[in-house]
Amino acid sequence: MAYQFDWSVLWTGQSGFWLLQGLFTTLRLSALAWLLAAGLGIVSGALRTVAFKPLAALAALYVESFRNVPLLVWMFFWYFAVPPALPGPVQDWLYGHGIEFLAGMFALGVYHGARFSEIIRGGIQSIPKTQFEAALSTGLTTAQTYRLVILPITLRLIIPPATNESLNLLKNSSVALTISVAELTFQTRQIEAYTAKAFEALTAGTLIYLVLCLTIAAIMARVERRVAIPGMIARVSPAEH
Amino acid sequence: MRSGILQSAERTNFTPVVEFHQVNKWFGPLHVLKQINLKIAKGEVVVICGPSGSGKSTLIRCINRLEPIQSGEIIVDGERLSDPALDLTALRAEIGFVFQQFNLYPHLTAMQNITLAPIKVRNLPRPQAEKLATKLLVRVGIPDKAQAYPANLSGGQQQRVAIARALAMQPKIMLFDEPTSALDPEMINEVLEVMSDLAREGMTMVVVTHEMGFARRVADRMVFLDEGQIIEEGRPESFFTAPKSERTKQFLSKILSH
Repeated sequence: MAYQFDWSVLWTGQSGFWLLQGLFTTLRLSALAWLLAAGLGIVSGALRTVAFKPLAALAALYVESFRNVPLLVWMFFWYFAVPPALPGPVQDWLYGHGIEFLAGMFALGVYHGARFSEIIRGGIQSIPKTQFEAALSTGLTTAQTYRLVILPITLRLIIPPATNESLNLLKNSSVALTISVAELTFQTRQIEAYTAKAFEALTAGTLIYLVLCLTIAAIMARVERRVAIPGMIARVSPAEH
Repeated sequence: MRSGILQSAERTNFTPVVEFHQVNKWFGPLHVLKQINLKIAKGEVVVICGPSGSGKSTLIRCINRLEPIQSGEIIVDGERLSDPALDLTALRAEIGFVFQQFNLYPHLTAMQNITLAPIKVRNLPRPQAEKLATKLLVRVGIPDKAQAYPANLSGGQQQRVAIARALAMQPKIMLFDEPTSALDPEMINEVLEVMSDLAREGMTMVVVTHEMGFARRVADRMVFLDEGQIIEEGRPESFFTAPKSERTKQFLSKILSH
């Protein structure tokens, strides 16, 4: 018997509500994880380029341990392994405040933070050493040199790879369904389970991810043009040269 | 005029602001500075010349400790650079440094390039820093370029902004590391003029340059460096007309012949 398409399953019953709820959870999870990842990435990426070896080594340890283990394993680790090892009151608090979401956000944030870190490091290393020297020569401290000169340049340069990594983070948020976070993929599967209409449910999920990612990419491209440093490379198609 | 004043000052009270004592520096196995002894007086303009790879840039970069040394001692404005308690940041704020490649901050306007350190290091309120920057832009001859980004300035203009940026810290010493070597010929003079004005105003300057016309006019003392050693030093008149060392003669004949 041929498969009977029935797209109405997407707007009858609870489906629409589930999809919206899933979308909202995906956005919240991704946004919070992104903030964590960006913070960790900027700090550890910058530290890897400083002359003081212990700090650089610490940052390297973070990057290597998080980017060389599968995200799924980290999700399980933060969800199943870590909480039982924590002191009782902390455990109680976590279980009372949505530990699935917190563990998923943390896993996603630290994993992509390690990958952001490499992008930031590459960006910093592409800036000539004499740019650091010029800033230091005016009496700025190393920290001020990074904060006021090096990072503002770096962050503008790395928008294209950082956009790519941000989209990876958003898509990888779907892995959180394995620790029962009711995000978009989780809700899609739920519709499928209730209606037995896998094609329709997954098509809806696929389209929502697609629209989300395309929107973010378009916004980032606008941001890139807005903050471009005069005279430095902005993404322009070859035909426009 | 200048030289005459300095001559008498030298005899009476030569107050050094930069002193090299038996300085040695290696890059790996390469011995780039050998037993350097050099004293630079307040208000003096010293031009360092020598063939490429002779250690000129390294020597000038040692003065604000962009390069560490392996032996000897450098004293700047009374502070020993080897002192573990040295406040390097505070010392560097007193020493202006102008690079061959300008090294302006590309994401900031000329105005912001100049005001950054006065605001962040000297804690100058922004309006005052901007007033100072405006004055400096007039002084280096580009008052209309305050809002321009480095990419929209010519090389000569960028270098003048870089000089203004260094001067904004009101430094006691200005170091110039081949400030005109990256410039098109027609822009060299506008930068040299700014430097000559500075010298006339009594700034202590150490300049690495191949501009021998500038050196002859502005320097109080020439230092010739070859293979990491000071071969000869002296007043420009005698240095150019009657060099003592054979190597100096050779070098001068090569760069003055055309």
